[in-house]
Amino acid sequence: MSAIDIRNLDVWFGHGADRSDAVRDVSFQVADGESFGLVGESGSGKSTILRAIAGLVPTWSGQMTVAGEALGARRSKAFYRKVQMVFQDPYASLHPRQTVDRVLSEAMALHGVQDIDTRIGRLLDDVGLGPGFRFRYPHQLSGGQRQRVAIARALACDPAIVLLDEPTSALDVSVQAEILNLLTDLRQEHKLTYVMVSHDLGVVGHLCERIGVMQEGRFVEVLAVDDMRRQKAREPYTRHLLESSINSIR
Amino acid sequence: MTQAPLLDVENLWVRFQTRTGVFDAVRGVSFTLGRERLGIVGESGSGKSMTGRAVLRLIRPPGMIEADRLEVHGEDILTAPEKRMRQLRGGRVSMIMQDPKFSLNPVMTVGQQLVEALRAHEPVSRGEARKRALEMLDEVAIRDPARVLDLYPHEVSGGMGQRIMIAMMLLPNPEILIADEPTSALDVSVQLQVLDIMDKLVRDRGMGLMFISHDLNLVAKFCDRIAIMYAGRIVETCKAGELRNAQHPYTLGLLNSVPDLEHPRARLEVLKRDPAWREAPSVSART
Repeated sequence: MSAIDIRNLDVWFGHGADRSDAVRDVSFQVADGESFGLVGESGSGKSTILRAIAGLVPTWSGQMTVAGEALGARRSKAFYRKVQMVFQDPYASLHPRQTVDRVLSEAMALHGVQDIDTRIGRLLDDVGLGPGFRFRYPHQLSGGQRQRVAIARALACDPAIVLLDEPTSALDVSVQAEILNLLTDLRQEHKLTYVMVSHDLGVVGHLCERIGVMQEGRFVEVLAVDDMRRQKAREPYTRHLLESSINSIR
Repeated sequence: MTQAPLLDVENLWVRFQTRTGVFDAVRGVSFTLGRERLGIVGESGSGKSMTGRAVLRLIRPPGMIEADRLEVHGEDILTAPEKRMRQLRGGRVSMIMQDPKFSLNPVMTVGQQLVEALRAHEPVSRGEARKRALEMLDEVAIRDPARVLDLYPHEVSGGMGQRIMIAMMLLPNPEILIADEPTSALDVSVQLQVLDIMDKLVRDRGMGLMFISHDLNLVAKFCDRIAIMYAGRIVETCKAGELRNAQHPYTLGLLNSVPDLEHPRARLEVLKRDPAWREAPSVSART
């Protein structure tokens, strides 16, 4: 059974003459335990797909089945227990006046998790932060440490699916490597399914098995990362993206 | 290099007075810049941007700049009066900032800003300035420059905004261009285009370029010489073509931590920081 099944998804903002279509007729499936990447330029609608799945955009149409649940206008509480999201900017996504302990325990209390105290200790270990970080505020953490806290918060209620919205683009390359390794480990340990948005083909290629290439709200092409490496992209736009990222590596 | 360097920096320190004592952001950096492209690479907090800003004396109190020598074309920057500095900034030495969204004035049209930038440094008529602005926009590959001149910054895309910034900075014909992460706010597909334009203009005009970036591979591609900074010091310098033979463990760590599309690895190498790197004396990047 696929963890995520999206069919004919349209997402728009505004209405009447102001309406702009951010996502047009997008369909894709992500299998259990798979890692799927969404790639494209800014404004291509890749983040909007994630936000629509998470229930952060009310104006959408189409069929979305996520973790066995057909999604409607409202998401059930059980849905949020199974699906969690990590945002791009760890400087903006953590409450500046709440300690790490408060951030994590609130997420767990909301989902009725028992034994919060010991679980927080374990979560912090999982993401490579010791117990010494438990009562710190976000301003006492570096960017990489904050992103670890954001990942810990997403994992707090034992989700099956994690939506990653450019999780490393605000970080240095050296810190990015740490976070990518962490995501790889966590995925193995917790049998997670990832959907990751990134504009960096190198990052997506590292973490994902399949990618969807987007342009102006549509899927241009869905291809396996192995095919991408072997330069087997069919569409000219994908080849253009590939060339620009390979050139920037050289 | 036969002629005197455009920029000559020796033992540059940037210090900030904080509640817990003095913090040294840049600790004794030396380099020269001729008519070449010098890349300065490091992580956030390594002092690379502060080095760029110090050259234009853009660090305000409580920050302090100290140096044994800080000269632009033989002219001392440390003691120059503020009035002279205003002529130098944008005139002889220009700086391109990271994000066009924050560096263009949102309530002036592109044309007004370009004309203002030129007229601040050269006594030219409004009409003449507008004509040169048009030519400059054409040079940075903006289609239909006459239309763009009358647009406001929010009406142009990020890549276009950054090309407008480049045009504005190059209008008064500076000799030195400092580019502080000029493309990190842009998409990969636009990045190369903007860099190519900048590269071509810098080469055609024989300018000196100081390219500040966290992206080692990008810098290696676009510069002649690279200085790698760590904790306010230069830990290694090399020719861009010889980056693969770099010796310093920090440089190697940076190189290996980038996920490579063509050569996938199960795990990325993680930088192990050695406290000795902090204490090692700065390497000089003077030629």
